Amino acid sequence: MKLVAIRVALLAGLIALGSAYAIDPLPFKDRAEEVRFQHLAKQLRCLVCQNQDLADSEAELAQDLRKQVFDLMREGKSDAEIKQYLVSRYNDFVLYDPPLKPGTWLLWFTPGVLVLIGAGVLVNILRQRARHVQAEHETGEDW
Amino acid sequence: MSRVLPLLVFTALCGLLGFGIWWNTHHEMTEVPSPLIGKAAPDFALPFLLEPTKTLASKDLRGAPYLLNVFGSWCPTCQDEHPILTQQIKPLGIRLVGLDWRDDPEDAKRWIVQFGNPYDTLVTDRDGRTGIDFGVYMAPETFLIDADGIVRYKRIGMFTPENIRDELLPKIAELTARRVPQAAR
Repeated sequence: MKLVAIRVALLAGLIALGSAYAIDPLPFKDRAEEVRFQHLAKQLRCLVCQNQDLADSEAELAQDLRKQVFDLMREGKSDAEIKQYLVSRYNDFVLYDPPLKPGTWLLWFTPGVLVLIGAGVLVNILRQRARHVQAEHETGEDW
Repeated sequence: MSRVLPLLVFTALCGLLGFGIWWNTHHEMTEVPSPLIGKAAPDFALPFLLEPTKTLASKDLRGAPYLLNVFGSWCPTCQDEHPILTQQIKPLGIRLVGLDWRDDPEDAKRWIVQFGNPYDTLVTDRDGRTGIDFGVYMAPETFLIDADGIVRYKRIGMFTPENIRDELLPKIAELTARRVPQAAR
């Protein structure tokens, strides 16, 4: 029984250690600051492992950038200013959501335009079919 | 017309997919184009690796173009690039500035002793802040910066004989062509 207790304690200790090392701890002053930081870091891309966000990445550069984001927050910069800081160095690619500007119109609007075209085609086909059915009824043709 | 339309749409779709495949094979998809091209290189003041009490300021480098090569002793590709720097970049006669990025200066010194120092000037960016200002996200990366401190070209990854010939040399030639009228004045 005692052995089990020791094991459990050890395991709990290891788990705690593991999560403490998982991400470099930043000295947040309160929960709100931490929530803001996490929210921001989730919108930013890690440049090293490009399918991970800054919050999740273990890359050393990501750690540097998290520290930098944290320092900028402490300097009183807004989220938009922090994003601009990174964009001016690393390009729009650093943002998970590409900004809406002429260069990205194709990206943003193509899906909508395609849906509209599809809907137009669909409506057209349905109308034709309805007309056809109606015409059949009127001629009284029996199938 | 309505009969040919699906075929046309299908052909267009095939064309689009084919273009996608061509694009992917001809571009390095992980390369992020630098927003700094055509803009002033970020200011920095960094200690020399071999004389840490002295610092190099970015404005000290004005007056002639230079290459800023970002490397680290921890970076295996930088080792691969090293002989290319020595044998192919140095003979070009353009100043080569080394930026030892996110590195322990002692490790960097050993690296320089072991492989040789290809740099005319060599500074350390231990905490990586200058690297971030330059938008560095891997090593090696190399910036071509002109006499006025404007970034003209960035190479992400190591130089190869091909991209020296096809990209770097034309960019350097552009700079010298631009400088001549000013020198004549």
